[in-house]
This record gives sequence, C-alpha cells and structure tokens, in this order.
Amino acid sequence: MPEISAFAVLFAAVFTNNILLTNYLGMCSFLVVSREVKTSAGLGGAVIFVMTATSAINWIVYYKLLIPLQLEYLRFIVFIVVIAAFVQLVEMIIERVSETLYAALGIFLPLITVNCAILGISLFMVIREYSFLQSLGFGLGGGIGWALAILAMAGIRQRLASRSRIPRGLEGAGITLIIAGTMALAFMGFNGMVNLQ
Amino acid sequence: MPKGEAKRIFRNNLGAENPVFAQILGICSTLAVTNVVENTVVMCLGLVFVLTLSNTVISALRKWIPSRIRMMVEVLVIASFVIMVDIALRAWLPDISRQLGPYVGLIITNCIIMGRAEAFAMNNKPWPSALDGLSSGLGYSYVLLAIAFARELLGAGSVWGIQLLGRDNIFAAAWLEGWTNWSIMVMAPGAFFMLALFIWIVKGLWIKPGEQKGCAQCRK
Repeated sequence: MPEISAFAVLFAAVFTNNILLTNYLGMCSFLVVSREVKTSAGLGGAVIFVMTATSAINWIVYYKLLIPLQLEYLRFIVFIVVIAAFVQLVEMIIERVSETLYAALGIFLPLITVNCAILGISLFMVIREYSFLQSLGFGLGGGIGWALAILAMAGIRQRLASRSRIPRGLEGAGITLIIAGTMALAFMGFNGMVNLQ
Repeated sequence: MPKGEAKRIFRNNLGAENPVFAQILGICSTLAVTNVVENTVVMCLGLVFVLTLSNTVISALRKWIPSRIRMMVEVLVIASFVIMVDIALRAWLPDISRQLGPYVGLIITNCIIMGRAEAFAMNNKPWPSALDGLSSGLGYSYVLLAIAFARELLGAGSVWGIQLLGRDNIFAAAWLEGWTNWSIMVMAPGAFFMLALFIWIVKGLWIKPGEQKGCAQCRK
C-alpha cells in the first residue's frame, strides 16, 4: 500500500481502525486492568512503547531476514520471540536505569508479552504489506488507540463503581463489554475519514 | 487416573469453569470471528487441535522444562502447532484462511491455551491434560457457535451462508420477505453486545455468586 502516507496510517490506527474497538485485540488485559485510571495509564504507556518498537523490529526481521531466506512460514514463532525478548530486555534496562520508571511500568511489562494486540499489529502489518514508515505509524497509532480506549474505559468504570448498581450477572466483564460496545459505536462516527482496507 | 476424573474435567470445562463466560479467556477471537458461522467452525477446529496437542506435549515435557523459561517453552510449543494449522488452512481452505487473516496466528496469544498450559498441563499427566485441552476447546467452541449463530442470523438473515430470513429465503415464505438485517450485528459493536448478553444470561441463570473464577492468566 504505497499510496497512503504514514501519518494517515497513524491517524486511521487511532480512530477509524482502532485495534481494540474494531479488531478486538488486547481484550484480556483490557477487561482486567481497566478498573483504575492510574494503572490503565501505566499499561497504556507501556503498550505504546513496546508496540512501536516491535513493529519496527519485526518489519526489519521479516523483510530483511525471513523473506530472503524464504522462511516466511516461521513468522509466528519469530515475531513472538522478538516481542518476548524485547520486553525482557526493556524490563532489565528500566530496572537498572530508573527505579521510579520501573515502579510505574515494570509490573505491566510481563503482561504485554501475551497481549494479542502487540502480535496482532505485526501480523496485520505483514498482511497489508506496509512500508517501513507506514509500519512505524501503524505501530505507534495502534498503541495510542489502545491506550486511548483503555483510559476512557477506566474513567467510565471508576465512576460506575462508585455510583451505580449493576445487575448481578453483568458485574465485571459483562458491563465492561457493553461499555466497549457503546464506545465502538461512538468510534464508528470516524468511519470514512481514512480508508485502510 | 482415578475413575470419574475424565467426567469431572469435562463437566467443569463445559460448565461452571467454561473458559469464555466463567474465566473470560480468549475473548479476542470470540468477538472477531463470530460474524459468520462457517469461519467460526474453522476457527474452533483449529483451536481444539492446538489446545489438545499443546496441552499433551507440554504435560509430557513438564519435568524437563526449567521453571524460569517455562513461558517461552510453552509459547514455542503452541506456536509450532499454530503454524501447522495455518499451513493446512492455506492449502485446503484458502478463502477462509484469507478471511480469518491474522486471527489464525493470534491463536498463539489466545489466553485459553496459555492458561490451560499453566494451570493444568504443568501439574498433570499427559492423558488427563489431553482431555482437559479437548474439553476446554469444546467449551470455547459451543459458546462461539451460539454467538456466531445469533450474529449471522440477525445480521445477515442467514446461517452457514443459507438464507433463512429476508428476500430469497429458502422457505419461499412471503411473510419472511419483510425481514430487515440488523447490520450492527455483523459489525464491531454487535459482537460486544452479543457476548455481554450471553455472559449476562449464563451468569444470571446458571452460575451462583462466589462460584466463578477470574482470569488467572491475565491478572498476573
């Protein structure tokens, strides 16, 4: 897809093709962690950083290593190993460099390896045949979109917890899914601004 | 394996500890592939295959896996089975493979598989682990099929591509012609609402308070 600018891809990944609200990726941690704004912000920040970096690394690995060697079918294993290794490395570096940053981000990093949004971004990037810059925009935009969704959800859930009575069967996951559905409806209002497919 | 163990595993995984509505695991694919029944069936078969075999292999290897790197080993075992599924789908069902897109690869990060490997396969013998994988997979599958059935029927008026409602329905019944598709059901919000409704009904009617378990894998 050479005709779309990287900035348009970034914009689309945040609003029209939000990774969480239109592709349902990263739901597990989204449902569990979105109880408080503070922890959501921490996880959101970690996701933005890891998603941008791994989409760039995976692009280089896929196009400069796997394709020349004709090992495309190994991409699932290679991508997940790159993500896990990167997360481990970042955790170690942060622990050495900054104690406060580790306290804020450190506990979220292991969660990220199994966050399907990170792997999903790399797989979409390969399927849609993005260039390097587009992939970078896609990774950054995907991260920002995910962080935006979880922050909005945490804000809503904090208010909900203190003020309203929820039917027993809907407590927890049920009500969160209904709110996510309503948010997805709202995000559909952005449709047509940029077309990715 | 003690007598009745197999029955207990099946009953738990299909009912009170169902991976989707009781443990809230594997939600991504539950939402993403359920707009058409046909894709859902293929996805469920793939997941049951990967879950059963990865559980068996991880359980067989459990004494040799060092606990520090066990997550990595588990992911590698799971990923190799997912690659098999991906190659098989591309060879035999190229259309469906294209429609499922990245969601086949995302079976790797489907938390049901990691969850069962951590919670069951690491502490049990291979044969019960295989049964546990199979029953968890089936528990996941019937929830997905129920949701996909409702979404395709309401959203497109059809089931497995066969038109049941609206124009040109197979019954040739005039009173069904006036059906209007709820296009919201095949789009993203419909998936969220449908799953929430399903969880509400099941939890409200079936599972008593205090009995349900949270998503152990995600909370770590």
